[in-house]
Amino acid sequence: MLRMAVSFFAGMDSADTNDNEFVVEFDTDPSRYRHWRVSYDGPVAHLEMCVDPDGGMKPGYELKLNSYDLGVDIELADVVRRMRFEHPEVRTVMVTSGTDNVFCAGANIHMLASSTHAWKVNFCKFTNETRCELEDADAYSRQVYLCGANGTCAGGGYELALACREIYLQDDGSSAVSLPEVPLLGVLPGTGGLTRLVDKRKIRRDRADVFSTTAEGIRGKKAVKWRLVDGIYPRSRFMEKLRARAATVAAETAEGLGDGERVGIKLGSLDPVMEGSTRTYRYVELSWDDEARTANLTIKGPSAEDVALLGEGAAALHRAGDQLWALRAFRELDDALLYLRFNLHAIGLCLVRAVGDAATILAHDEALWALRDGWLGNEVLRHMARVLRRFDLSSRSFFALGDAGTAFAGCLLELALASDRFYLLDDPDHPVQTGLSVFNEGTMPMTHGLSRVQAHLHGEPELLEALAGRRGLLDPEESDDAGLVTVLLDDIDWEDDIRVAIEERASLSPDALTGMEANLRFPGAENEHSKIFARLSAWQNWIFIRPNATGGQGALSLYGKPERPTFDWKRV
Amino acid sequence: MQSTTVDLNAKIPNNVGLADDPKLLRALEKWLPRYLEWWHDMGPTDFEDKPVFLRTAVSVSTDGWAHYDHVRMPDYRWGIFLNPREEESEIRCGDDAGKPAWHEIPGEHRNALRRIIVTQADTEPASVEQQRMLGHMAPSLYDLRNLFQVNVEEGRHLWAMVYLLHKYFGRDGRDEADELLERRSGDVDKPRILGAFNQPCDHWLSFFAFTMFTDRDGKYQLAALAQSGFDPLARTTEFMLTEEAHHLFVGETGLDRIIKRSAELEQIDPNGDIRNQGGIDFDLIQRTINYWFTYSLDLFGGEISSNAADFFAAGLKGRYREDRLDEHRALGQEYRLNVVDGGKLTERDVPLRNAMNEVLRDSYVKDCERALRKWNRTLEAAGSKTRLTLPSRRFHRHQGIYTDHFFNPEGQLITADQWEANKHRWVLTPADNDYLLSIMKPVYEPGKFANWIAAPTRGIDGQPLDFEYVKLHD
Ligand SMILES: [Fe+2]
Ligand SMILES: [Fe+2]
Repeated sequence: MLRMAVSFFAGMDSADTNDNEFVVEFDTDPSRYRHWRVSYDGPVAHLEMCVDPDGGMKPGYELKLNSYDLGVDIELADVVRRMRFEHPEVRTVMVTSGTDNVFCAGANIHMLASSTHAWKVNFCKFTNETRCELEDADAYSRQVYLCGANGTCAGGGYELALACREIYLQDDGSSAVSLPEVPLLGVLPGTGGLTRLVDKRKIRRDRADVFSTTAEGIRGKKAVKWRLVDGIYPRSRFMEKLRARAATVAAETAEGLGDGERVGIKLGSLDPVMEGSTRTYRYVELSWDDEARTANLTIKGPSAEDVALLGEGAAALHRAGDQLWALRAFRELDDALLYLRFNLHAIGLCLVRAVGDAATILAHDEALWALRDGWLGNEVLRHMARVLRRFDLSSRSFFALGDAGTAFAGCLLELALASDRFYLLDDPDHPVQTGLSVFNEGTMPMTHGLSRVQAHLHGEPELLEALAGRRGLLDPEESDDAGLVTVLLDDIDWEDDIRVAIEERASLSPDALTGMEANLRFPGAENEHSKIFARLSAWQNWIFIRPNATGGQGALSLYGKPERPTFDWKRV
Repeated sequence: MQSTTVDLNAKIPNNVGLADDPKLLRALEKWLPRYLEWWHDMGPTDFEDKPVFLRTAVSVSTDGWAHYDHVRMPDYRWGIFLNPREEESEIRCGDDAGKPAWHEIPGEHRNALRRIIVTQADTEPASVEQQRMLGHMAPSLYDLRNLFQVNVEEGRHLWAMVYLLHKYFGRDGRDEADELLERRSGDVDKPRILGAFNQPCDHWLSFFAFTMFTDRDGKYQLAALAQSGFDPLARTTEFMLTEEAHHLFVGETGLDRIIKRSAELEQIDPNGDIRNQGGIDFDLIQRTINYWFTYSLDLFGGEISSNAADFFAAGLKGRYREDRLDEHRALGQEYRLNVVDGGKLTERDVPLRNAMNEVLRDSYVKDCERALRKWNRTLEAAGSKTRLTLPSRRFHRHQGIYTDHFFNPEGQLITADQWEANKHRWVLTPADNDYLLSIMKPVYEPGKFANWIAAPTRGIDGQPLDFEYVKLHD
């Protein structure tokens, strides 16, 4: 049987579900979708969820009732991304179900119950990132998602609905929205469910409490009254009403959008080459050493030709399409990060290098920035920002190594600022430059809304102020003085110090590091999205390993089994 | 209309201490006028002013539960009764089997119980809605009376369930009770909850098949709930079962009488052509059996069900006659199920608790097989060579693990094309319905019966067959 985006290492027994034996690939395209149907009608697109029960990514469970696993979500993420690049004419996306009587039953319980902790966590994080992408498309690309829940909308199904701007529920006396995770499974609706209830939809917290403990959920007028949905439509006129609403929203959204007819570009496959422990793309290379538990992630900066192309304006940008450096390199980076997360479980430390010419990168950034008002320029920038956020949210230690030949400048300086440490070489024989561009000024914000420079210098307002509006090249010492560098090393110390730092890092508890990094990377105030990820790490992931959920007698383990869970009643 | 509390208590026969329960009285006071309005809109409205010889339960004592008299249906006294129990009730199944039963709702099971009760309750008004026009083509006054008896008792069953919702589920319960009157059978926007209760039942062959097969699902659901650890539910459903028995009698004997008559017409006709004699041919009867039996099988729920396991484990719903079994935990046991795997039919063992729907379905299928044997004896006695059969439980299913596959009536896997080519031979077709409607003209003369059905062997409550069971001309 052909399984989308999954291949097995030789010798794997398919009856034995061990996540570590999977290689997950994220590359897909509409011709390969098994779970979604997309159709386009001018400014309105229609996305239908029709999960193939036999299309599970791993053996051992059936994707009944439009429940989803990682494979379903990989396709959704692909849809959302392509919608922005390939269908910029779309203003509204109606999300409905193509399966009878059920919109979506949420993440597949049997998949969760049979998965390792790492798989669950990775899965939840990825689905969360996709939900955030839906909201990002609304906020920055004027692509508004409307959920038409034409059937039961439970758990992750309602969380998907919550990520849409508006939710309409079929009023048929039985279709309900619900978050049954707590009462049925002993876990949390951790794909942003709880946070979006109270923060986004501003549902009263006491009502949210009642809702989140009522397994069967709430339907009809009460769902409207409690603001769980924006409206209810009768079954016989459901699509008619939803289409009408979509048309209205599309018209409102298009208002003042003055850049003429939009024709999308195609996103082709990246086709990385795998050779032993190296994954090579055009601009990015990921290699790893299983024994040392470290990886090297290297990204090549733009060339002078890339900069020149941008100088030709929006039409040239459009012609370059997915071959544009800024798009291609960041798509590759995204894919490499996902590969690292899902397939290289034991790699704890990733050494990051940006290579190229710092001045060229800065020129590139300025030229790309000049194209930000065109739809494609905007999409390219927003995409870069999302990939950088994926970097921020990856639970690996990142050390940026600014040795000879590197150029952490502008958009690539963001990688150094996103890393847990930035080591920079100070060697007059091999001068290394960094540099600041507009992309370091908050145009590529972190999940919690701060620029990486702001987050970096959160406790040093004078340094932050000194950097305000500063653009251009910095030599190593200037970089250090500006507060951008963790340790400045000369050529004599470099090799030993770096080796020791790496070995030391690789020896620390991976769990403690994950928690520590997630804490330290996001100084300053939180927002809705950062809360979602923070609570996912802090609570959901903790609950997932507690016996009350996943022990032999836990609610998640026993769901669908003949025995009932037994709880340890002690509050922790 | 406005009733006072005192009126209500006199109007509603009960053994639940209604007079001393102001909270319940207040809830029913609001609900009763809505119920009557629903009955007027969706019940057998055209016969509202006709006195019908009805059985009314006025108490739970031996002589009280079957009180016969001519009454107009809107004046029927819909009562609320719990079956009396001698011994202290116990939880009869699951993890807590043997412990004392609950007399109040346990908080942890509140939502599950509400769902169970609402699902059962929804079927009661649904069937009244499905049958509301049948009076216009009744084959006799005897049958017309039986139809109305079934109707008012389904109404009372709704009362019984609404009583539980009002008494034990607070505001949510009241909301659910209201919604029971808002959903409508077959309505695209507000359908009834379960599939079979949205199927049209537009002639008497379907009516008899419905009361034979679909009410029989009701019997088994009620019997399983009669084993519930929630004592008021167990005792309510126990009492409902006594009434349900009559519905099943109407269905089983109704079909038996049609079969008997068809066999007679087969003998009368020189070519053995039943239709030529204005009767109902056996192929059509077989298609009706196939259709309603399988829609009724769907009502039992999924073959492998975590809800079923939960309900059993929690002691909310038992097996048929759980109290007569030796073992009530059903742990560490398996149930062997036929499943489709890789395009082939194979067997799989599933934990017994998860197969509780299938276990209940087994009891039901056995009961249906018994009725088939009886009908075939009727055929034999009448000298017909025809024998009727029950299709496989995999055939023509819309719920559960067989849904997305095609089976012939023998239960063998077939292709979608084979299904399309044969379905007109296997299940009711629009042409069947046209024919049935063409022969079903009302017979309202006391003691007379339509040509397509035999007379019953005896009347109701010792009355003769020519008794005026419904007074149409008063
Ligand atoms: Fe009933
Ligand atoms: Fe009945």
